[in-house]
Amino acid sequence: MSRRTNWCTAGLAAAIALAAGAAVAQEKELVFGLHCDRTGATQTVGVFLCPGYHDYIALLNSKGGVEGYKIRVLEIDNEYKVPPSMEAHERFKKEGAVLEGLYGTPQTAALTKKLEEDKVLGTSPGFGTAAATDGKRYPYIFPIAASYWSQGAAAVAFAKKQLGGDLKGKKIAYLFYDNPAGKEPLVILEDLAKSEGFELRTFAVPAPGVEMAAQVLDITGRFKPDFVITHLFGRSPSVSIKELKGKGYPLSKVISFVWGASEADIKAAGGYEVANGYHTLQFAGVGGDFQVIKDINAMYQAQGKAPPKEQETSVFYNRGVMVAAIHAEAARNAIKAKGGAKPTGEDLKKGMESVKGFTLGGMVPPMEIVEADHEGGGWVQVWTVKDGKLVKDGEWFQAYRDVIRKHLAATN
Amino acid sequence: MLHRETGVFKTSYAADMALYPLPIARWTVAGIVILFAVILPLSLHEYYLSIINLSLIAIVGALGLNILVGYTGQISVGHAAFMSVGAYTAANLAVKLGLPFWITLPAGGLMAALIGAVVGMPSLRIKGLYLAIATLAGQLIIEWIINHTPAISGGAQASIEVPRPEFMGHHLKTQGQLYYFLLFFAVLATVATLNLVRSRIGRAFVAIRDQDIAAEIIGINIYRYKLLAFAISSFYAGVCGVLYTYYLGIANYEQFQIGVSIDYLAMIIIGGLGSVLGSILGAVFVTMLPIVLRLIMEPLAGLFFSSAEMSSVISSTRLVLFGALIIFFLVIEPEGLNRLWRNIRNYFRVWPFSY
Repeated sequence: MSRRTNWCTAGLAAAIALAAGAAVAQEKELVFGLHCDRTGATQTVGVFLCPGYHDYIALLNSKGGVEGYKIRVLEIDNEYKVPPSMEAHERFKKEGAVLEGLYGTPQTAALTKKLEEDKVLGTSPGFGTAAATDGKRYPYIFPIAASYWSQGAAAVAFAKKQLGGDLKGKKIAYLFYDNPAGKEPLVILEDLAKSEGFELRTFAVPAPGVEMAAQVLDITGRFKPDFVITHLFGRSPSVSIKELKGKGYPLSKVISFVWGASEADIKAAGGYEVANGYHTLQFAGVGGDFQVIKDINAMYQAQGKAPPKEQETSVFYNRGVMVAAIHAEAARNAIKAKGGAKPTGEDLKKGMESVKGFTLGGMVPPMEIVEADHEGGGWVQVWTVKDGKLVKDGEWFQAYRDVIRKHLAATN
Repeated sequence: MLHRETGVFKTSYAADMALYPLPIARWTVAGIVILFAVILPLSLHEYYLSIINLSLIAIVGALGLNILVGYTGQISVGHAAFMSVGAYTAANLAVKLGLPFWITLPAGGLMAALIGAVVGMPSLRIKGLYLAIATLAGQLIIEWIINHTPAISGGAQASIEVPRPEFMGHHLKTQGQLYYFLLFFAVLATVATLNLVRSRIGRAFVAIRDQDIAAEIIGINIYRYKLLAFAISSFYAGVCGVLYTYYLGIANYEQFQIGVSIDYLAMIIIGGLGSVLGSILGAVFVTMLPIVLRLIMEPLAGLFFSSAEMSSVISSTRLVLFGALIIFFLVIEPEGLNRLWRNIRNYFRVWPFSY
């Protein structure tokens, strides 16, 4: 490695090594790689989610790490582009990462094969394909959160509950972003429309998704559905709230998938007043009322700093905390299983496949990750806009698992 | 590339057109071949090879776009879509028919060439910004068709997983193996372009770029050559898409959206329009600069910020620096890196004398 081309990098590396001191290098350390988007198309999510991840790991490290191992997080901004995430993976691998937090659906797709070949575990909460739930087919990809299929099923189950327990003869509109992620839940919705006996009509919003007056007019003026399920990204969820509200459709009959569900979307739509009644699906708890968030704030306070301002968008911040916590839990299982020895990517895979009953004080669903189910059960919670904040509407639930399982089997 | 002669001594057309104007040029090329074929892959860590691999893929695409934009004077904002055409053609052939890469790769290129020629048809009537909009439409239409045709895209996720390329019974999957795979095609594309632009076809392209009416008057079939430029350029784009597909192991149209088309235009503008070396320099510059900037900033930022703050600082600073450097290089030499390199060479041609 001491070739001329590397001298520059080596010199810089030496500089940090000196600054950090030799003692650090001696410590037991695990390396996690974090793909993030702080400057690209989906930076509205990344700038909140990634600090949550870092804060939880810092909290763990301040308490002595995981089973005596300090965790070092390397973050690379992929700008929601594929080549940088490919480069990031090779970089993480070079630094000895055993686990990577992926970011973005195309990026997850691009890295799926490489992660399997290199035996590095990758998690894709809210990204990637629903088929990745099947750990036999995708051994090194872990969605660790409800896939779009599970979210679709949960949305229908919630609509059923709101409409009095029977969907026969009812009408449900599905308003979605016209990309692969937006279309993915369609198979589940169509299947459920048949078995539950409701009429499903779909309304695609083309990219960039900020213009949907025509679709919303079609929904409210012509189709007049009993319930609306929305699956939008970026700026479009706020537009959908505004449009539906503007056309006089009651937001209490609208439920959004997980990427249209943050405080930022509600604020962009005109505030909590406007969005009152809007339902959102969540795969991590919302708000600051969790012990782990209080611990993070205490850690900041002990350093004489204010709590991070990213917590204002707690939906995404908490997801970052949740992902970090599950990563750490998998590492804990892996280290324990090896009797304290340093785990490899394969060990972490086994560690991840034994995550069970880890709820982080209610912030994480009671998931059980096994080889046949890398989603951990597809749990979601509904949070509703009420009196100026997001309020929990019921406990963690999963829906129509048999239907999901049937479709998973069919894709293989 | 590196040589400098002391004057112009050419007495025949053959000498003027020669790929190696001086014996030293031959040695330079031989040296570069040894460097890239032997020294680099054996001495560099896989990580650095992976960065070079990304650049090699970009070089193929940039060369193709430069044939169209730099040599023929047409514009295309739809090149990423042609890449996806190549990618899906190859992926479908590789998965449904189980064909090896040496069939799927040219097939992907040919399909992209066909579609490219169709999308290029407006170029027969319109130029400049109008043509840019027409090709932009091509980009969006192709994206829409792939997204809504399961027979092409392979289902709702629009992703097709492709087996690794197989060469003499070996699956190429490590960065080192893929390096040779990609290097072969990048070199092939470079040599092909070098020869194309000094052939009759290349000269016709340049004539069309400089003044299409004059070109028509001296007997160049504008209709034929404009479409040919689109076809050849799209062929490169298609091959670039296929290489990318094999490199990643998956075809997914979301990797070839409008932003990628713009990136490739940026590469050839920064590198230098109408120049093979410029395409290579531009592709390398745009691919590697953000990575190099981060590698330089990481240890520096580590001295001032905590690790959590660092990531946020680095990603924003990097974007600013990347933009600033592009502006800087274009201001000191509007004709791109290629011209900058030529200026340096010309300066040293008579060095240490001033004339």
